[in-house]
Amino acid sequence: MSSFNIYMCGVGGQGIGMLAEVLSRACLDAGHKIMGCDTHGLAQRGGIVVSHLRIGVEARTPRVPDGNANLVIALERLEALRAADAMLANSGTVIYYDTIYQPIHVRMGKTSYPEADALEEKVKTRGGKVERVQLDGIEDPRMQNVALLGRLAATGVVEGVSAQIIEQALRDALPAKALGANLAVFEQAAEKIDQQ
Amino acid sequence: MAKLKDMLVKRESWSDLIMGNYAVARAMIDTGTRVITTFPGSPTPEIAAALDSVDRDKRDYYFEYSTNEKVALEVAAGASLNGHLSTVFFKSVGLNVASDSLIQLALMELIGGMVIILGDDPGANSSQNEQDNRWFARMSYIPMLEPANPQEAYDMYREAVRLSKERRIPIFLRMTTHVCHAREVVKFNGIETGAPDWTPGFDAANGPYVPIVSAVFPLKRKALAKLADFEELGNECKLNEALAPNGSKPVDGKRLGVISSALVAMSVLENLEETRASVDLLKLGITYPLPRKMIVEFLADRDEVLVLEELDSVLENEIKAAAWDAGVDCKILSRKDREDFMGELGPRRTMKILSDVWPSIFDAPAEIVPSKEISPRLPQMCPGCGHRSAFHAIRKALEDDTITVADIGCHSLGFMPPYNMGEVLFSMGHGLSTASGLSIGNDTRKVLTFIGDSTLIHAGLPGIVNAANHDHNITLVLMDNGTTAMTGHQPRFGSGEVGDKIPFVPLLEALGVKFIRETDTYKQATLTQHIRDANAHKGFAMVIARHPCMLKFTRKQRKDMPDLKMPNVRVDQEKCERIYECVAEFGCPSFQKNEDGSVTVSEELCIGDGSCLQTCPAQALWRPKPGGGK
Repeated sequence: MSSFNIYMCGVGGQGIGMLAEVLSRACLDAGHKIMGCDTHGLAQRGGIVVSHLRIGVEARTPRVPDGNANLVIALERLEALRAADAMLANSGTVIYYDTIYQPIHVRMGKTSYPEADALEEKVKTRGGKVERVQLDGIEDPRMQNVALLGRLAATGVVEGVSAQIIEQALRDALPAKALGANLAVFEQAAEKIDQQ
Repeated sequence: MAKLKDMLVKRESWSDLIMGNYAVARAMIDTGTRVITTFPGSPTPEIAAALDSVDRDKRDYYFEYSTNEKVALEVAAGASLNGHLSTVFFKSVGLNVASDSLIQLALMELIGGMVIILGDDPGANSSQNEQDNRWFARMSYIPMLEPANPQEAYDMYREAVRLSKERRIPIFLRMTTHVCHAREVVKFNGIETGAPDWTPGFDAANGPYVPIVSAVFPLKRKALAKLADFEELGNECKLNEALAPNGSKPVDGKRLGVISSALVAMSVLENLEETRASVDLLKLGITYPLPRKMIVEFLADRDEVLVLEELDSVLENEIKAAAWDAGVDCKILSRKDREDFMGELGPRRTMKILSDVWPSIFDAPAEIVPSKEISPRLPQMCPGCGHRSAFHAIRKALEDDTITVADIGCHSLGFMPPYNMGEVLFSMGHGLSTASGLSIGNDTRKVLTFIGDSTLIHAGLPGIVNAANHDHNITLVLMDNGTTAMTGHQPRFGSGEVGDKIPFVPLLEALGVKFIRETDTYKQATLTQHIRDANAHKGFAMVIARHPCMLKFTRKQRKDMPDLKMPNVRVDQEKCERIYECVAEFGCPSFQKNEDGSVTVSEELCIGDGSCLQTCPAQALWRPKPGGGK
């Protein structure tokens, strides 16, 4: 039995801190022992932002080892691909919000931005599966993290972390005035899975 | 949910999910640490954020952001001389700045006790190097404790306080990046101390405190004796712990062990528990002075022992020396691959080293080579950043052969594409003096350099006095964003957030600077002209390129005026000639280049600052007026 490892990633400013905080609290509420850490510093300046969460007594260090993420939660397509490439464990799951933040190399024409299919292909080689999230009518892009939590709740990938537990963690973390809109996004993302 | 600032001063014991930096902030409060100082730097700035968040009337401690790490260390040391328990903390390279006074501390009777928290950065996650500050413990005769996780950080700070007060010595608590930022559930004690006693207890009779010739050897003798005494303590101390996770059984007839410390020891433990290999682990919590008696006993009971540490061979050298002196019959193994002396050693890399040493017991993890086809993503300046306008404008004034020197701050990012400005970088405030050196005997290539407004106060002033009064032929651009942006917007001296405002122009004039121009960086044409004039000036010239940090500005704006929405910039597709100046030269991340070659503005990223409008040669960028219309 080894730890269950969650690797969260995105671009600076996308709200990964809140995502990690809510998911960590939800894991604790589900009775898990956890260890994790966020990246800080330069990453805030439009660079890659990462948060690690490891579940289980076996995890004595805070970072998910390369190739050992049972679950990748990505807030952006290119970062989802990067994580699927280097971090995803065999038969792992990728849940990502399909939005695009072009890095400077793409804008300067030195590299190209990946198609969504490239991610599907990459994950297939690992024997894993992909959950693509994209909701119509999210008024504030900073709620995309909540959409990912909604989809995570519906998939039930993390043992014991039910939709009810995540929703309660969201209620605990968000200020009252932001709660309504966020819960609507959460529920919309959770329901979407049934239609696919 | 309870706020951190209230939990930090809660008198009863509690436990919660918390990062290492917050855990030591609580330890400072519940041990009655009275004077706490810092200069902000990753990986430790959250300690300061936590301490500074507590309401002033609820603080039983004095906390300050000092002008630099040396000042911070001296303020904390002075407080300890008065009998007040003190702590200073800063990042790895901050110790270089503080070292001039640090070196003296172990010679002195620090009657209040003093803890020095080092945020070391193996892997150089947010530093210009990954220097191994365990050497500094040795050079300064200061004991060093090294926690492996937030709970240990909390516990070890408390132990450091106890030992420091008892022995009147400074003690290092070395926390690496992923101990500072690791999160787990930590159990905290209640607050044990009463109201502070601010009686100034300084007494020269506790000294001598002046290390002139006749005092140097007695002081050094005493420091060495205290160190020897600390080593004795370490031999019996539970901070140094021998673990046998899988039972001490011989493997192929050999008794095996690993000696390690801090987070690396946890990586080793993770591997041992996973593989069930019967290898024992001596985990050192005190990494200076080493508990040689305990180490020799561990070695003597085993046939082969691997010393597994991160960065330099500090433990290895001393353990081998101790083994030689004791004549122990144990094969001592160590890292061989030069790559293993670089970066962090997490569970995978640790496993590889174990498999190099004992291939019959451990399997090397499969190598993971990241695909080269995935586009890199570099950190960059935020949308609206005044530095972007500055770099864009300055570049237009430079000759192809101009030498540009970088300094520390968000503007260090100028060395990356598309600006490629700032071609050499040593340390905070080095820029103008390095530029001075590059200008000597140089009549052909102009030298231009940068400094931030925080760094100017931290380490820039001596260099400015030097350059101005020797009249070195350089241009210094003061990139003034009014804050300490890179490390999280800590207050900056002279901005009015700490004490009085310090107007830069009269200050610089008083220091001897004769050529000074200033402008807001959004006035790009003006800035370009100023740089041309400064470069044409024979001798030292300064240009102040000013614009408030827009990350800080927009955060405040959102808080103060939640309903304000600045209209985003648009691209007039009729006018756009696909020159791509906005995308590839100005380089604001808001511009997205589409597959059909068109350019659009990301609704999510644009802050509506409009600093880009002036950069489009075709004048295709526009911004609706608030409330509508062009």
